[in-house]
Amino acid sequence: MPVTVKHHKIFITFLKIGMFTLGGGYAMIPLIRLEIVKNNQWIKDEEFCELLALAQSSPGPVAINSSVFVGYKLRGIAGSLTAALGTALPSFLIILAIAMYFADFRDNLVVKSVFKGIRPAVVALIAAPLYSLSKRMQMGTKALLLAILACILVAWARISPIWIIIAAGLIGLGRGFIMKEKK
Amino acid sequence: MPLYLELFLAFFKIGIFGFGGGYAMLPLIQYEVVDHARSWLSITEFTDIVAISQMTPGPIAINSATYVGYRVTSSVLGSFIATFGVCLAPFVIMIVLSKFFLHFRSNKHFNNAMQAIKPAVIGLIAAAAISLMNKENFIDYRSTVIFVMVFIASFKGLNPISLIVAAGFSGWLVY
Repeated sequence: MPVTVKHHKIFITFLKIGMFTLGGGYAMIPLIRLEIVKNNQWIKDEEFCELLALAQSSPGPVAINSSVFVGYKLRGIAGSLTAALGTALPSFLIILAIAMYFADFRDNLVVKSVFKGIRPAVVALIAAPLYSLSKRMQMGTKALLLAILACILVAWARISPIWIIIAAGLIGLGRGFIMKEKK
Repeated sequence: MPLYLELFLAFFKIGIFGFGGGYAMLPLIQYEVVDHARSWLSITEFTDIVAISQMTPGPIAINSATYVGYRVTSSVLGSFIATFGVCLAPFVIMIVLSKFFLHFRSNKHFNNAMQAIKPAVIGLIAAAAISLMNKENFIDYRSTVIFVMVFIASFKGLNPISLIVAAGFSGWLVY
């Protein structure tokens, strides 16, 4: 067993991760890897890949999931708490400051025209990765149909995404059972 | 229902069902806070928050929870409750998974369910993009030009933060 890692060390490391990962999501992965695997050597590289797979298949932000996993490994539940707090704190404070003052800023003429330009860009940023995501997933016809159906049900029929996720999970489970019986 | 409790429950739900993290959580957040379940934010304010989330550190789910929590209650406590709500379920689930790590990854039933959840989440992200393509976000042809240019640039792999900065600068020039 390696020496016990101190809580403040865990906190500072994840505070760094929380502070310098602009954009969230996949943009955070290289920095998390640098801090956890290279700098601190808290987990090995193979384990990091497993961790990512786990953090991505579990619900919630990937950064929080990764910090809970690493924190737990180092110091149990208390370690998880320390790591998750460190990750969440910088964005909490920054967004709180923005929430307090942005409402007033929004009426400013310059801010108004800047955001008129930004809004369609945000929509493009959400739409653009869809193609590469579905390609990486190697979607077959059935998966594609499922994606289209999910999209229509949410965008036009206004069904809650929660129902779609539950239904998709059940479809996947059911399909597993049917395939097993065929064998 | 007391506002703080409603805030907590809305973000607790977002946390439980936010498979995939990042953009995959947007449709859930949008459904809960913008135009379906309740209208705590306008659609343009929601879009602005996505932009701000991209330019500030941290996960989008936490950013929007903190922001919405404050906007709805005008208090730091509201921010805290929403952020706590969105983190709670992922936190508990991840601890359980960390403990039983290996058993879970090789669980056949879980993998079967994920096989269908993953493509469905792609559909959900597409739905989020479609519902944001409205008159409030696309006010005229200039919006469409910015959309197409950013779409192509992002597809080519340009950094989202610099694209938002460029789009903001264009907005300041042309509007």
